[in-house]
Amino acid sequence: MTAALLAPSDPEAPPRRPSRSRVGVRDAVGQSLAIARRNLTQFKSDPSQLLDATVMPMVFTLVFVYVFGGAIGKGQADYRQYLIPGIMVQTVSFAAQVTGIALNLDFSKGVMDRFRSMPIARSAVLSGRIMADVCRLTLGQGVILAFAFLIGFRVRTDVPSVFAAVGLLVLYGVALSTIAAYVGLAIRSPQAVQSVGFLWMIPLQFGSSMFAPPSTMPGWLQAFVEVNPTTLVVDACRGLLDGGPVAGNVSGSLFWIGGLLLVFVPLAVRQYGRRTL
Amino acid sequence: MTAAIHVEDLVKEFGSTRAVDGVTMQVPAGSVLGLLGPNGAGKTTIVRMLATLARPDGGRARVAGFDIVTEAHQVRGRIGLTGQYASVDETIPGWDNLYLIGRLYRLPPRRAKALADELLERFRLSKAAKKLPRDYSGGMRRRLDLAASLVGDPEVLYLDEPTTGLDPRSRLELWDMVRSLVARGTTVLLTTQYMEEAEALAENIVVIDHGRVIAEGTPAELRGRTGGQVLRIRPDRGADLAEIARQLSGTGGRSAVTDPDEGLITLPVSGQEELTAALHALTACGVPVDGIDTHTPSLDEVFLSLTSGDPADDTRRTA
Repeated sequence: MTAALLAPSDPEAPPRRPSRSRVGVRDAVGQSLAIARRNLTQFKSDPSQLLDATVMPMVFTLVFVYVFGGAIGKGQADYRQYLIPGIMVQTVSFAAQVTGIALNLDFSKGVMDRFRSMPIARSAVLSGRIMADVCRLTLGQGVILAFAFLIGFRVRTDVPSVFAAVGLLVLYGVALSTIAAYVGLAIRSPQAVQSVGFLWMIPLQFGSSMFAPPSTMPGWLQAFVEVNPTTLVVDACRGLLDGGPVAGNVSGSLFWIGGLLLVFVPLAVRQYGRRTL
Repeated sequence: MTAAIHVEDLVKEFGSTRAVDGVTMQVPAGSVLGLLGPNGAGKTTIVRMLATLARPDGGRARVAGFDIVTEAHQVRGRIGLTGQYASVDETIPGWDNLYLIGRLYRLPPRRAKALADELLERFRLSKAAKKLPRDYSGGMRRRLDLAASLVGDPEVLYLDEPTTGLDPRSRLELWDMVRSLVARGTTVLLTTQYMEEAEALAENIVVIDHGRVIAEGTPAELRGRTGGQVLRIRPDRGADLAEIARQLSGTGGRSAVTDPDEGLITLPVSGQEELTAALHALTACGVPVDGIDTHTPSLDEVFLSLTSGDPADDTRRTA
């Protein structure tokens, strides 16, 4: 075996010795994919990481449909149709929290030092994390949709609309993930990341049309709900899955997603740079 | 011979503390340098700078011909890092750790897989390939860590206290693995608190304390630095240790070291005159003595006299 190492079996593929001071785009993408694969392997060895994105939303669905459903809506069946698009948005915002916590944990362990002492693109750890999160977000959407069908939710539009809804949700999830990434990198302790995560996520979730129609809320709250991007995404998904107006909410959502990415991607990258200097 | 590591007047400050205070040293290609010093001497800080993980506040260093600040990326392509800080990824199995690193070095998937298998086999970890490193023993973790640092086929390898906390058997195993690496021509910078380890692996030793180089040379040269002999005195009463040490220290340039646990005082002496003077000083104390002898010092004693340290004194170790 030692002999095999002395003379590599494939002499054409020794590790690259960088002669330039920067990583090429192709190498950077390859390295991001390697990190993404690593992050997905983590789910395999520790499936509990996926609970946030799968089981939690199911529990919320059951509680809201069967405990509050009768009281909130005109009936459980109607409320179910109203609630599920909201739960799908909740799923991505729970899943986004994991991004921040996982990044924070990477930095608190020695493994970041190993990565930083290697000739890899600095952005690979961050972009690989986001790539893995897209997989996780999509999986979460699949699970919650299947579960929704099981308890009687029906799509009243068509298949392309469902794909459009899932696509929009994943995009929104990525935007929220970059916020979480920024928080996870800006704060040292993992516990604090979790607390701060809930602090910005709870108003974003409950101060929206996710669980109840805004028309039933007091005026000051309605004002917040109206500008909350979650409301736009939830209403866009309702349109795409249950029928109703779509265009305005979708474009509004995309506008918000673009804006959030524009602000938080540079912030997260800068914070990442500070931590890796 | 060209120097694989060339360090010139390197400085690192943390606030007002100079953790590394003007270190200069060279490691010839293909050799092993033991960087020896107590906890907090600045060993790890030096390694972190040479591994491009920390920026020096002064001085320069070149590794494998590249500047650690302006050509950090090229340096990274030629080094491997193992030890206290660089660690394995606990969240994925052992095999996946090595495969990931191979892929990060842009090895084709087949080559990365083959290399992961080879390295696990070589470090006797094949059976633990699918297990998470957090279920590994201390020795297995270090072996995986060492394997991980070899994936990039480094020209220069940093081993930062590679055996701290290992049982004696695992330590000997790791030493053997390091020796086989050196036989392949890898340059190794080894930090350690153990003279024994530096002597077992390194051709050259640099002793640092408080961020400064206080001695350097081959193990034999360092031994010679103390003058050849050590006088050991065991007083009848432990309470007399300090008094005798004070009297002895007045006789020459070197200071006596007390070891309260053993009830011993040791004093390096070179030549007849110093020995005679020490004996006169001892007689002058007038305290009852239980035993007295002279012997050739062990490297640990050399180390202690160089760092003028008392092994039980923790206040300076955390500095």
